[in-house]
Amino acid sequence: MKQTPSQTVGPYFAYGLTPEQYLYDFKALVGNEMVSPMDDLNCIQISGQVFDGEGKLIPDAMLEIWQNDGEKQLFGRFGTGTDPKNRYVFHTIKPKSVDGQAPHLSVIVFMRGQLIHSYTRLYFEDEPGLNAKDKILNQVPEDRRNTIIAKKTSNGYQMDIHMQGENETVFFDI
Amino acid sequence: MSEIIYNKFDWDVQPPRLSPEYKSTVLRAPTKPLILTKQTLSELSGPVFGDFNLGPLDHDLSKNSIVNGEPLGERILVHGRVLNENGQPIPNTLIEIWQANSCGRYVHKVDQHDAPLDPNFLGAGRCMSDANGNYKFYTIKPGAYPWGNHYNAWRPNHIHFSLFGANITNRLVTQMYFPGDPLLQYDPIFLGVPPKGRDLLISKFDMDATEEGYALAYRFDFVLRGNNATPFENI
Ligand SMILES: [Fe+2]
Repeated sequence: MKQTPSQTVGPYFAYGLTPEQYLYDFKALVGNEMVSPMDDLNCIQISGQVFDGEGKLIPDAMLEIWQNDGEKQLFGRFGTGTDPKNRYVFHTIKPKSVDGQAPHLSVIVFMRGQLIHSYTRLYFEDEPGLNAKDKILNQVPEDRRNTIIAKKTSNGYQMDIHMQGENETVFFDI
Repeated sequence: MSEIIYNKFDWDVQPPRLSPEYKSTVLRAPTKPLILTKQTLSELSGPVFGDFNLGPLDHDLSKNSIVNGEPLGERILVHGRVLNENGQPIPNTLIEIWQANSCGRYVHKVDQHDAPLDPNFLGAGRCMSDANGNYKFYTIKPGAYPWGNHYNAWRPNHIHFSLFGANITNRLVTQMYFPGDPLLQYDPIFLGVPPKGRDLLISKFDMDATEEGYALAYRFDFVLRGNNATPFENI
């Protein structure tokens, strides 16, 4: 059988996929609090902005984050349309290293203007030892690795996503 | 250790990243080659949703946001199966649904199309495939609507879907169309799919499943990526 072709998420996904974030009257199955910032002392904030090929901020992207370190499986979803700076923001915990890989998050990027979603990863800059040995990171040309290594902030990590341009984010064929 | 490997995207039927007729791909499609990677635990797992997540009317968009009467438009049901490329049914898959109302207007605040909102229709819902991969939901047939891609651009009638499946390699966001829609031949989003894939996005009218005096039925199957595991190895 042939795969069902992908189509764009379009500009109007918010009331179906992220209704509570965008204040629609429909229960959300998923949000951006992958752990509760109130309850979990290890909670970190992951954030960033998404840019197009002219360096313009993209206010209608949707990101999904999946992490599985063998102990904890966490999933989150957030649109870039509600934050005052059009950031994506997630509250989660940093995953552990599993199977010799450096700690990382899987990131799926959807937006109007993409007929098919894009997969990337988010690594952590304060793991230089594990990052240096990570098999997938090592498949990325050295001068592009920094596009998927998040920078440490006061309360978590920050990583922008560039769809095109000099700093185009590395996307994977998984 | 035996290793199950999931198939990659099939570019015979999947749309390319850059599709200039659909103008917003020009500045948003990645331009550098994708990095081909081996599937690890991260790719071979994904979020799991249960029936308990769903509200009692989530599967009925014609009823789930009634304020003072029935929504306007043609009541329909959409049903089919969730399968993988190996032909195996995929049970317990979350299907999220969103669409315009019968006049072609979305509830979304960004939608400025000059067509009426329906106070009794939100246009969002969800359902799950059952143990045999079957799913079914009720809704109102969505209308066509104009968009700014080019002069006189109109989207054909369509319903948006989001599916999970076995793991994150199976993630699917797509749109279902209706048979015989004259706008399909002009729509750069539909035509962004290679010719071999286009028919896979058009539902079939289903007289057998049509409910007497209540709703016309359309059939639509979802096929997610398959894997290299032999389907019947345990028999
Ligand atoms: Fe649409």
